[in-house]
Amino acid sequence: MAFRRAAETVVRVLITTSGWTAIAVLAAITVFLILNARQAISVVGLTKMLTGKLWYPTSTPPLFGFLPYIVASLRATFVALLVAVPLGVAAAVYISEFAGRRTKEVAKTIIEFMAAVPSVVYGLLAVAVAGPLVKEIFNLTSGLTILTAGLALGVMAVPTIVSISEDALHAVPDELRQGSLALGNTRWQTVQKVIVPSAASGIFASVMLGLGRAIGETMVVLMAAGNTMTLTWSLISSGRPMTAVMAGEMGETVQGGLHYSALFVVGLTLFLITFVINLAADTVLERQRVRWRR
Amino acid sequence: MKGTKWFALAAVAAIVAGALALTGCGSSTPAADTTPAKKAELSGSLTIAGSDTMINLAQAWSEKFMIDNPGVSVAVKGGGSGTGIAALINGTVDFADASRAIEPAEAASIKSKGGEAVTTVVGNDGIAIIVNSANKVEALTRDQLGRIYRGEIKNWKEVGGDDKPITLVSRDPSSGTYTFLKEKVVGKDKNYATSAKLLPSTQAIVDEVKSDKNAIGYIGLGYESASVKVVAIDGVKASVATVTDGSYLLSRPLNMISNGAPKAIAKAYVDWILSAAGQKIVKDQGFVPVTK
Repeated sequence: MAFRRAAETVVRVLITTSGWTAIAVLAAITVFLILNARQAISVVGLTKMLTGKLWYPTSTPPLFGFLPYIVASLRATFVALLVAVPLGVAAAVYISEFAGRRTKEVAKTIIEFMAAVPSVVYGLLAVAVAGPLVKEIFNLTSGLTILTAGLALGVMAVPTIVSISEDALHAVPDELRQGSLALGNTRWQTVQKVIVPSAASGIFASVMLGLGRAIGETMVVLMAAGNTMTLTWSLISSGRPMTAVMAGEMGETVQGGLHYSALFVVGLTLFLITFVINLAADTVLERQRVRWRR
Repeated sequence: MKGTKWFALAAVAAIVAGALALTGCGSSTPAADTTPAKKAELSGSLTIAGSDTMINLAQAWSEKFMIDNPGVSVAVKGGGSGTGIAALINGTVDFADASRAIEPAEAASIKSKGGEAVTTVVGNDGIAIIVNSANKVEALTRDQLGRIYRGEIKNWKEVGGDDKPITLVSRDPSSGTYTFLKEKVVGKDKNYATSAKLLPSTQAIVDEVKSDKNAIGYIGLGYESASVKVVAIDGVKASVATVTDGSYLLSRPLNMISNGAPKAIAKAYVDWILSAAGQKIVKDQGFVPVTK
C-alpha cells in the first residue's frame, strides 16, 4: 500500500515536471529570441525593419527592411488557405458524415500519412511538378513563384485541417443529427444547416492551425518560391517568405553580428504571428468544448 | 530427418570455412600493408566545419587521408563559412573551411580568447557566369555584368541578345559567392537588384538557368554542366586554365582557417592537402589547384 502511494507520488511529480518543462521551454525560446534580436532592434529600429522595403544585410551600410518578406509570407499562406480550406473541410465532412466505416478508417490513415511526408519531399514535388505547370499555364519565364510554393503548402496543411475539423464534426451531439433527420431534412441539408454550423468554431480553429503550419513552413518556400525581394501582392510572381530568409542566411553569417541579430528579429516576428494564430485557434476550440459540455 | 542433419552439418562447415578464410585474409593484410605505413604512424582526430562550396572537396580530402592514415579520423561538416568560423571561435573544430576571408569581427573574437586566426589557401575557385543554352549572348564585359545585376540593364537586347527581359538568378546574401560577386562586379557600395532570385544552393541556380530561357546566374567552376552556357567576361571564359594563369577576372581563394598555426596531425593534414596528392583532388573536384 505504502509502495503504491509512493509510486503514485513519483508519477505525479514526473508528470507535473513534464508539464512545467513544456512551459519553461516556450518561455526560454521567447527569452532567447528577444535576447538575440535586441542588438538589431536597438541599432536599426523595429519600425524601420518592419516597414523597410530593402534587405541588404551585407552592403555598406547594411539595410534590414523585411516588409517584402512579411508580405511574401502572407501571399504564400493565402494561396495555401485557398487550397487547403475547401479541400480539408470537404474531406472532413465526407469522412465524418458520409463515408462508411471502412472508407472512414482508410481515409483517415491516408490523411495521417500525408502529415508524415517530409516537407523536403513536398518541396521537390513543388519544384518538379507544380513549377512547370504554373510556368505553362500563366506563360511565365520561371515556375518558381509564390503560387507554386503556396500550392504545396496548401496540400501540407490539409491533414491538420481534416483531422481537427473531423474531431469537431464528430463532437456534435448525435441528438442534433437525429433531430434534423426526424424533421424530414435530407442528410445533405442536415450537414449544411445543422452539423457544420454547430462545429463552425472547431472548423475555424482547424483552419487557424493549418494556417500556422503553412506560415511556418520553411523547406518548401525556400525551394519553390523563387526568393526575390520584390514587394508585390501578385501571386504569380516570386517572393521570399520570412522562413526562407532565415534558413537561407543563418548558415553563413557572423554569429553574434548585426545580420545574425536581424535574422532573429525576423524569427521573433514570425514567432509572434504563429503564437497569436495558435492562441486564437485554441481559444475558439476551448469555447466550443465548453459549449458542448453543458 | 537425416537430410536436415546433413544440411546443418554442411552449413556449420561452410561458416567455419568462411571464418577461416576471413581470418586468413586478416592475418595476411598487415604483411602487405607495411610498405605504405613507412613514416611515423599518425593517429588522432580532426574536426572541420564550414563552407558549403567546399564541402565535397573537404569530404574527398578527408576520405583519402583516412585511407592513407588509418589511425586518423577526420570529420567534416558543412553549414556555411560563417558557421565554420563560429565553431572555430568556440573551439569546437580544428579548421574552418571558408570560401570568403575571415571578417575583422570574427578575427577579433578569436583574439579576445587568446588565439589567432591563421588562414591557409588550399585551392582556388573560379566563378562562371552562365546563361540558358538558347541564349544568343556569348560574351559580356564586367561593366555590363554589373549593370545587369544592379538591374540597370533589364533586357537582353541591350547586350546583343533577343528582345526578352532578363531574369536575375543569385545566391542568398550570406553566401560567400554572393559577397564575392558583389565586391567584384556589382560594386562595394551598390546592391543587387531587388528582382534577383536568391536561391539556396548552386545546384538550384544551375537548374533555374536550365529551365528559364532568359535567366543569368553565377556558379562555382565545379558545378559547370553541358546544360547551360558559360559566358566570357571581358573576353575570357572561366576554366581551370584561365583561373590558374590569372587571366580570368572572377576567381577567389578557398581557405582553411585554424586557431594558431596548425600543429601535429593538423599540420600533417594541411601539408598533405598542399602536396601534389592533395591538389590532385582539388582538380578532380572541379576547383583550381594552388600554384606555389
